[in-house]
Amino acid sequence: MIDPGSAVKKGSTKPEPAVAPPTKLILALFAGLIFGFLLQKGGAAKFNILIGQLLLQDWTVAKIMLSAIIVGMLGIYPLHQAAKVNLHLKPTRLGPNIIGGLVFGAGFALMGYCPGTAAAALGQGNWDALFGMVGLVVGSYLYAELSGWLKKSGASKLGDYGKVTLPDAIKVPRLPFAIGFAALLAICVVVLEHFTIR
Amino acid sequence: MKRLFLFLLLFAPSAAFAAEPKVNALNFPGPAWSPYLAGAGIGVLSWLTFYFADKAIGASSFYATVAGGLGRLFARRHTDSLDYYKENPPQLGWETVLVLATVAGAFISAFTGGEITGRWLPPFWVARFGEQSFLLHGALGFMGGILMAFGARFAGGCTSGHGISGTLQLNIGSWISVICFFLGGIAVAYPLYLL
Repeated sequence: MIDPGSAVKKGSTKPEPAVAPPTKLILALFAGLIFGFLLQKGGAAKFNILIGQLLLQDWTVAKIMLSAIIVGMLGIYPLHQAAKVNLHLKPTRLGPNIIGGLVFGAGFALMGYCPGTAAAALGQGNWDALFGMVGLVVGSYLYAELSGWLKKSGASKLGDYGKVTLPDAIKVPRLPFAIGFAALLAICVVVLEHFTIR
Repeated sequence: MKRLFLFLLLFAPSAAFAAEPKVNALNFPGPAWSPYLAGAGIGVLSWLTFYFADKAIGASSFYATVAGGLGRLFARRHTDSLDYYKENPPQLGWETVLVLATVAGAFISAFTGGEITGRWLPPFWVARFGEQSFLLHGALGFMGGILMAFGARFAGGCTSGHGISGTLQLNIGSWISVICFFLGGIAVAYPLYLL
């Protein structure tokens, strides 16, 4: 039974269709194929590379992520400046970001794959990723069970700053900041490459 | 007692660093391509998804969608009454297809590159826990999955959604989250594999 107070107000949001439009699904199919292909080629579907990163022995994952961030940033911000793309920002909430982040990390270390790389690992034939994938489904439902309480208690809004980017926060124009930040990350990559074996 | 505690606090971590590690990830297969090439490709892919699909790459909400779909199958009213699913109704959409296609894409890559493994225990895990550790690996994987799903939903994303898509947009919450992903991961992986 639905509590009178918790029913969704009709018409408050436009109803989501059960299936997204086909063009979007086809785009998702291509994006996923490329994403999985690149994750596997980069080694991110391998257990030893993922755990090796958490043990600070193998820096492959950091190198993939940093180069994806640098290249991505140098495309998205100019495109955004030219009004060709929307940003897709998630709200900054210090409490949930920190607590959720730490819990996520602990789970990552236990399982050895993260949600995206588990899918890639499965594709590579690392069947053990299935244990964690089942856990991810169960955990997602448990979170949904707790979501009402987390919202009511205010925990999910702890330290809420809304959708805010680094350049917004320090009040500098976005594009120049992004270029500077990408340069800074590039220096990190050079340093990383110099001091790591792999 | 106090001395012992102090000793452990001061020397145990340094001993863990200094001693020959129990297992070394570098003795196991590395990536097929340069990680920079793969990473740059993912960066370009994000331009394309933003431009053509008006979407960012993410993975963790796929699992929430599957959970919601299964929940609706067995307990429709209850699932629909949960706050999370009121705000995010399970839909066959962007992330669902993307993650399913990720499995296929990784298969194509591994198959053409001769890297299909087809096994239940990774050699790196075996080097640390032995061959007779199937149950432990399964149990830790399952528990890890539960923790990770909770963390991803609470933080608002995973290593893809926050770690790549959010950080490349200079989203403050994403940078905080990804730093915490790795801090939490290192804090658990170190004792689990190296002590």
